[in-house]
Amino acid sequence: MSEKAVSAALLEVRGLTVYHGQLRALDNIDLAVATGETYAIIGANGAGKSTLLRTIVGLHEPKSGHVVLDGRDITREAPDRRLAAGVALVPEGRRLFPSLTVEENLLVGMHKARPGTFDMKRVSELFPWIPDRRKQRASQLSGGEQQAVAICRALLANPRVLLLDELSLGLAPIVVRRIYEVLPALVAEGLTILLVEQDVAQARQIASQVHCLLEGRTSLTGRPDEVTAEQIEEAYFGVGALPVSASAADPGG
Amino acid sequence: MEWANAIVQGIVTGGFYALFACGLSLMFGVMGIINLAHGDLAIIAAYVAIALIPSTHLPMVWAFVVVVPIFAVGGYVVQRTLLQASLDRSPFTTLLVAFGMSVIIENVLLEVFSANGQSITIGTLITKSFSLNSTITISYFSVIVLAVAIMVLGGIQLFLSRTATGRLVRAVADDREAAQLVGANYRHVFGIAAAIAFATVALAGLSYGMLTEFVPTSGVTTLLFAFESVVIGGIGNVWGTLVGGVVLGVAQQIGAQINPAYQILAGNLVFLAVLAVRPRGLFGMRTA
Repeated sequence: MSEKAVSAALLEVRGLTVYHGQLRALDNIDLAVATGETYAIIGANGAGKSTLLRTIVGLHEPKSGHVVLDGRDITREAPDRRLAAGVALVPEGRRLFPSLTVEENLLVGMHKARPGTFDMKRVSELFPWIPDRRKQRASQLSGGEQQAVAICRALLANPRVLLLDELSLGLAPIVVRRIYEVLPALVAEGLTILLVEQDVAQARQIASQVHCLLEGRTSLTGRPDEVTAEQIEEAYFGVGALPVSASAADPGG
Repeated sequence: MEWANAIVQGIVTGGFYALFACGLSLMFGVMGIINLAHGDLAIIAAYVAIALIPSTHLPMVWAFVVVVPIFAVGGYVVQRTLLQASLDRSPFTTLLVAFGMSVIIENVLLEVFSANGQSITIGTLITKSFSLNSTITISYFSVIVLAVAIMVLGGIQLFLSRTATGRLVRAVADDREAAQLVGANYRHVFGIAAAIAFATVALAGLSYGMLTEFVPTSGVTTLLFAFESVVIGGIGNVWGTLVGGVVLGVAQQIGAQINPAYQILAGNLVFLAVLAVRPRGLFGMRTA
């Protein structure tokens, strides 16, 4: 998968710094996601992974830095404009519209769709149970089903880059596996994926590039086969990288 | 039979309350705005009709043809500017801004139109009525208002449930941020909801001005009845608003039947009883 022909970066983040009030959530982050790539952001709780995705789609305003889609700077654009430009986020916690039916959730996802391969028929192929349940309220679905509908809702906009925030959060491992099984099919259709995952093994397995965040800073980047488990562990927790001395100040904060 | 009459009159009055209340319910359900200026906006509509319609040579009954579109556009503009700016700050700011709007509207109306009572005269239609039997007589105009209320509420219901824009309004009401993520410009959607709310409040204000005499401060009492209808019916429930209005209207008429002084009191007691027993209202199923 990582041997795929890679052109210039489709989505680029340059020197992104984001504050939550006084707290610096992201500090000078750079990343470049190439077309057709599956790019994984890993890191512990509070490392800034979700903040990064939310800033890319425009839900947070960065203090400095740029978000560039296919050479166009979209840093100042509103979230709805970024969706129309081709950046779709499946947010943490699914965030379906609870009072709408499954079908209505999907229809809302289509209302500013770009031309492309994903329509109702195509997403029903990905999750064959969806047509039978389309009249059900989204709030009545199980967590895994909600996650599937949330993915479909984002796909129906026909994004160029699909951002996935913690797909596995709160789901049973078998459900997570089933949801991850559909991703290769999406990549095969040329979709570019930027995903956030706490489960490092899952991320390494699916991604062509991993990027580890530690307290808002980049602590490691590389191809999954280039980086060792030990390196990831150090980048993830930030402890092993320090001299083994109790008095040493932690540069990561 | 007097009691039957009280109930019938209550139902008819309830239609008017529901017409008044639906815009209030929509603004709260979609934007979370408690529009304290809602009643005053209705009174503006009545004054606009008095000031504008004579020059158009339209019969006064057709005032809504002119006033409702003006209010719809005005609602969109006010939402996109003043109300959005206050929503961007905080819900409390929005409450204060709505209160400020109410005070300003009342005083400007007093300044321009004086405190003398006025009404929109629509000729003989207002006095015509029909009798169901010897004790129950119903005015045609209040039946028309009830019919308009049912059509407006039904229209809103159809719009929300059947159209793509209505679906988007519900999505934004459910989760504003998630709606942005699927490409909704929620400010525009808010504007649409406000346009509908203002259009309905204009209809309510015109009906009020035709039914009875009004002064610049009449909005305050009607706002109270609108609030009670919304709360009794359940916030965000379109048909609940109609039922709420009817329950309030019937309670008031029954109270008045016992003793004319108890009219408002009876309505308030029913309102408090519903709040105590079903805080989400009779049809308030939504857990938000």
